[in-house]
Amino acid sequence: MSSISHNPPAQAQRTPTTVNTPESPRPKTAPKSGAWHEDLKRISFWADHAAIIGLVILVAVFTVLNPVFLTVGNIQSILIAASILIVLTIGQAFVILSDGIDLSVASTMTLGVIAFGIAYAQGAGLVVSMISAVVASTLVGVLNGVLIAKGKITDFIVTLGSLSVASGLALVLSDGKPTSITSVELINFSTHGVLIFGFPFIVAAILAVLAHVVLFRTRFGTHLFATGGSKEAAQATGISTARIKVAVYTISGVLAGVAAILLIARVGASEPAANTTFLLNSVAAVVLGGVSLTGGRGSVFGPIVGALLLTVLTNGLTLMNVSQFYQPLAVGVVVILAALLSRFQK
Amino acid sequence: MTATLTKHIVDVQDVSLAFGNVKALQTVSLTLAEGEITALVGDNGAGKSTLVRCISGIHKPQSGTISFEGTPVHFRNPEDAREKGIETVHQNLALVDDLTVWQNLFLNRELTRGIGPIRFLDRKAMKEAADRMVSTLAVNVPAVKSKVRRLSGGQRQAVSICRAAGFSSKLVIMDEPTAALGVQETAKVEELILKLRNDGHSVLLISHNFSQVMRLSDQVWVMRAGRCVAGRRTTETSGDEIVSLITGSREN
Ligand SMILES: Nc1ncnc2c1ncn2[C@@H]1O[C@H](COP(=O)(O)OP(=O)(O)OP(=O)(O)O)[C@@H](O)[C@H]1O
Ligand SMILES: [Mg+2]
Repeated sequence: MSSISHNPPAQAQRTPTTVNTPESPRPKTAPKSGAWHEDLKRISFWADHAAIIGLVILVAVFTVLNPVFLTVGNIQSILIAASILIVLTIGQAFVILSDGIDLSVASTMTLGVIAFGIAYAQGAGLVVSMISAVVASTLVGVLNGVLIAKGKITDFIVTLGSLSVASGLALVLSDGKPTSITSVELINFSTHGVLIFGFPFIVAAILAVLAHVVLFRTRFGTHLFATGGSKEAAQATGISTARIKVAVYTISGVLAGVAAILLIARVGASEPAANTTFLLNSVAAVVLGGVSLTGGRGSVFGPIVGALLLTVLTNGLTLMNVSQFYQPLAVGVVVILAALLSRFQK
Repeated sequence: MTATLTKHIVDVQDVSLAFGNVKALQTVSLTLAEGEITALVGDNGAGKSTLVRCISGIHKPQSGTISFEGTPVHFRNPEDAREKGIETVHQNLALVDDLTVWQNLFLNRELTRGIGPIRFLDRKAMKEAADRMVSTLAVNVPAVKSKVRRLSGGQRQAVSICRAAGFSSKLVIMDEPTAALGVQETAKVEELILKLRNDGHSVLLISHNFSQVMRLSDQVWVMRAGRCVAGRRTTETSGDEIVSLITGSREN
């Protein structure tokens, strides 16, 4: 496909006289806005960088309020705590960029956790258990994608349904009971790392870089943006938007499986918990990260900063001994503020 | 009337298509001659865009056949039609607002480089080629790196036409290409349409502008209420006759 000869016939027989019509000088790219302080006056600047600005402000506030906050140990634990959410958020970002939404990410992860637990309890090794988790979650993702693309049911309804199905299956398969997973390898994985970066965070970071490359450096990525931006325009150029849809939900499923493994490594058990906070936070992180909820516009790094912001918020509140009950409240306020601000995006 | 020796690039035979109980196309038959500009005229809702969508692979006719270069074709999707060399400038301007000009020009025709199946976009090559494509247009288009969202109606149309003219297309279909344009830009697009023909493309032009049709086309087909009711060589008809055929005050 790469070698499509691109030689517009219209260009071949140009006469020099029409090369540059005098009345149509090519305008410059964007009008260069003055100095950086000019930028700061435009509200769109703040809207475009809501997540990173919010993160910096939060870090500053928590550092002032509690000196423990900015210690190496605490940063280390924030990064590890953020890694599960980051992995889920990457999947959610793919889905939302294609103009969908995956309400089943957290339950899909839970099903992966249970699949891991069952395999492990049956004496399967660590690798087989990990594969079980990814396979189970991927299946949910593929099912979501096929129902949405081929069954032509809205994303919201399909994933709302699979949210219920996956968490129901997790309860049925585990009989509602946790299985403890005592694996030295997993404990080492979640407690060691390179410099201040724990292994779970390194896994999340590698996935983030991969996601960025896929989105911005491959045909698939361009087709994904086109699908989310204008489904009809994408189809008119011959892009199979159905295939893109199946692909993004599959990716979200695979990542939920990876997140399941990270969760088990962190908790040391396979529990059929609801994990609703992960769902809300993954959507919140994507919105905070400046991805358009109607698809077609955004990045991966924005949502990741969003995920870090939410994790910092929880961590800071915990450090300051604010009751757990206030955490969802704080997250909600931050997300609504971000959504308000995003209305001023360029 | 029609010279029997002209090769038909497209031959539409008895094509019908209904949306529910709206009969958008009823046994439509017409031909497009190779290397000519063929105009398709008719009132709003006559079925022109629907016919175009059948030829470009978006809709499938419920009955009848469409032949391209002499062989019947059954396009399953627009990609099939594009692969055969049929490019379309759609009425609703099929561009993605949030992508840049160069990304739109190369949408689903991206240039890549890499080893074996691992391929990455060749962004530099695409930007450079896009710059060249756009510079052939007389219409002033901003830098190819800008988002299409920021373009005016005329600039978008120019980009759409530019895309259709590229990729060694054989037939370029244009659904009201100058509807949104000012006087100067219309003139430039007309220049481009003539140039397409001179370069050997066949063109199917839908237009409500009769003087434009008379100026540009070699053949005119008239549609009314889902039917193709008449066909004329442009040199052998007049704007008045076309108008009366469209309104039905005069039958074939
Ligand atoms: N996707 C669709 N679903 C239902 N009805 C449709 C659809 N597309 C077109 N129609 C109907 O088919 C008929 C023909 O429409 P079409 O768009 O082909 O007209 P047109 O000749 O292109 O008109 P105009 O000059 O206004 O562009 C109209 O009655 C229209 O409402
Ligand atoms: Mg139309």
